[in-house]
Amino acid sequence: MTDVHSTAPLARKRPAIPLSVKLALGFVALFVMFALFGHVLTPHGFRETSLFHRLEPPGSEGYWLGTDARGRDLFARLVTGAQITLVVAIVGTVIGAVLGSLLGIMAGAQRGKTEAVIVAAIDVQASLPIIIVALFMLAMFDNSFTLFLLLVGLNGWEVYARLMRGATLQAKESGYVTAVRALGATPARIYLRHVLPNILNIALVQFTVNLPLTILLETALSFLGLGVQPPLTSLGQIMSEGRDRLMTAWWLTLLPGAIIFCLALSVSMIGDWLRDRLDPTLRSER
Amino acid sequence: MIGYILSRLLRAMLTMLVTVTLVFLFIRLSGDPAAALVPPDAPQSVIDQYSRAMGLDQPLWQQYLGYLAGLAQGNFGFSIHTGIAVEQTFLRRLPYTLHLGGTALALAVAIGIPIGALAAIRRGTPLDRLVMGFSVFAFAMPNFLFGLVMILVAALAFGTFLGGESANVIWPALTLGLAAMGSFARFTRSSVLETINAPYMRAAEARGVPFAKRLLRHAAPNAAIPLVTLIGLSLGALVAGSVVTEQVFAWPGVGQLLVRSVATRDLAQVQFLVLVVAATMVMANLIVDLLYLVIDPRIRAK
Repeated sequence: MTDVHSTAPLARKRPAIPLSVKLALGFVALFVMFALFGHVLTPHGFRETSLFHRLEPPGSEGYWLGTDARGRDLFARLVTGAQITLVVAIVGTVIGAVLGSLLGIMAGAQRGKTEAVIVAAIDVQASLPIIIVALFMLAMFDNSFTLFLLLVGLNGWEVYARLMRGATLQAKESGYVTAVRALGATPARIYLRHVLPNILNIALVQFTVNLPLTILLETALSFLGLGVQPPLTSLGQIMSEGRDRLMTAWWLTLLPGAIIFCLALSVSMIGDWLRDRLDPTLRSER
Repeated sequence: MIGYILSRLLRAMLTMLVTVTLVFLFIRLSGDPAAALVPPDAPQSVIDQYSRAMGLDQPLWQQYLGYLAGLAQGNFGFSIHTGIAVEQTFLRRLPYTLHLGGTALALAVAIGIPIGALAAIRRGTPLDRLVMGFSVFAFAMPNFLFGLVMILVAALAFGTFLGGESANVIWPALTLGLAAMGSFARFTRSSVLETINAPYMRAAEARGVPFAKRLLRHAAPNAAIPLVTLIGLSLGALVAGSVVTEQVFAWPGVGQLLVRSVATRDLAQVQFLVLVVAATMVMANLIVDLLYLVIDPRIRAK
């Protein structure tokens, strides 16, 4: 999309990036660096326990951010937690985006039975909050990381499907689709090569709206003890373990909590800004 | 108008039927319910006996019809841990959740909508930026973190413990309602901005209608239409949020029951709660659709 249209707007001066968005970009960059290379900064492994160093406050010797009830280094745990949260958030959001977009395009492209089934599925999903669906599935099947990833991935698929169906229906009536069809292109070619690139920005905008929601869903489920399971850890799981010691060891809950909050805040601020840049008609809606 | 009502009713019923069917299929997919009921070392003959007693030896479609008939007659099953009928446990906890959710929704409406309207009227001022900042903050704040911080502050600064059923409902309600408050403010702002600049508003101004009257009589009814949808939709977020909030504040409501039932794999209880949530949401969507008839004369005319 941008490739096609960017020549004319480039001539105009690009609006400056607001300070808040710069800060948000900075935090996200810092978070990614922390997740990727943070282990270099601590000699301890995230599962390494030490009974002599239980519940050390932040700033203790050898433990940057203190230790938990089993004497595990909080810094090392936060780095691993950040990695898992990052992976789940990105993979989960991609699953929802791809699945929802494809179903939406299919519904828009093929009227009739396919569309009716997909629209009914959208209705059902819209009437069940994803956390309830996830809890139901986790009650029935053994909790594995793959299942959890898939469940988090379902978050918001119906929104992509609804948006992409609408956009496909609109694109169908446009001149370029009529032209390509007249040239004898197959439906797969029409929709994947021609329609998809033209409506992709809608999915991209939705991606940035969905990403912070996915981060919050993962951390909430892990906080409830029903998401990422030990020995693996995530930011929500660290909070869930530290919750009982809120009064005596605040760092175990507030530090991972602050990271989650800043991450969700930064990502959604970047998302808002991108949305305004990419599609002014969507401005100030949510 | 009758056609509109009937089509909405039909859609609601279809959605509910699909949900029930999916729940049934997933429960059958997840494993042998008879094997789950008996101890792990039980002989096969005992499992078979349970299977026959539960009707699991019948073909799937017969089981499905039996399941539907059971639901229609109000046989929702019994908790495998307590042996109490699942709907009884649910009904005992429901008042707590209604109290919490109702207070949260009331707070979100009473605070979110006025500050959103204020931001729109004072567009571009620091007040507007403050309200928008608040709405971004409310969106990104995980409710479990907000609740824990509130508990910590209350304990350290005031020496009170906010938790359990005897605690004041206002703190968990504020935690639960925060996200909805932010989205109400944001949405009200854009909705009011849209109506404020509409041609009929300029026409009213030209006729000399005073500002307050223009706002209340001309702008408010039009801005309210999308808000009704938003409040209806926010019910899902409130249900989802109450699961976490009740856990944080040890609030003995339905959300806590759901988490506990999932953790102990009490399938009958979980299944019932999922169906209740789905039914509530379907009903809420239906009510929103029907409310449109009352507040939007254009739909009535069709």
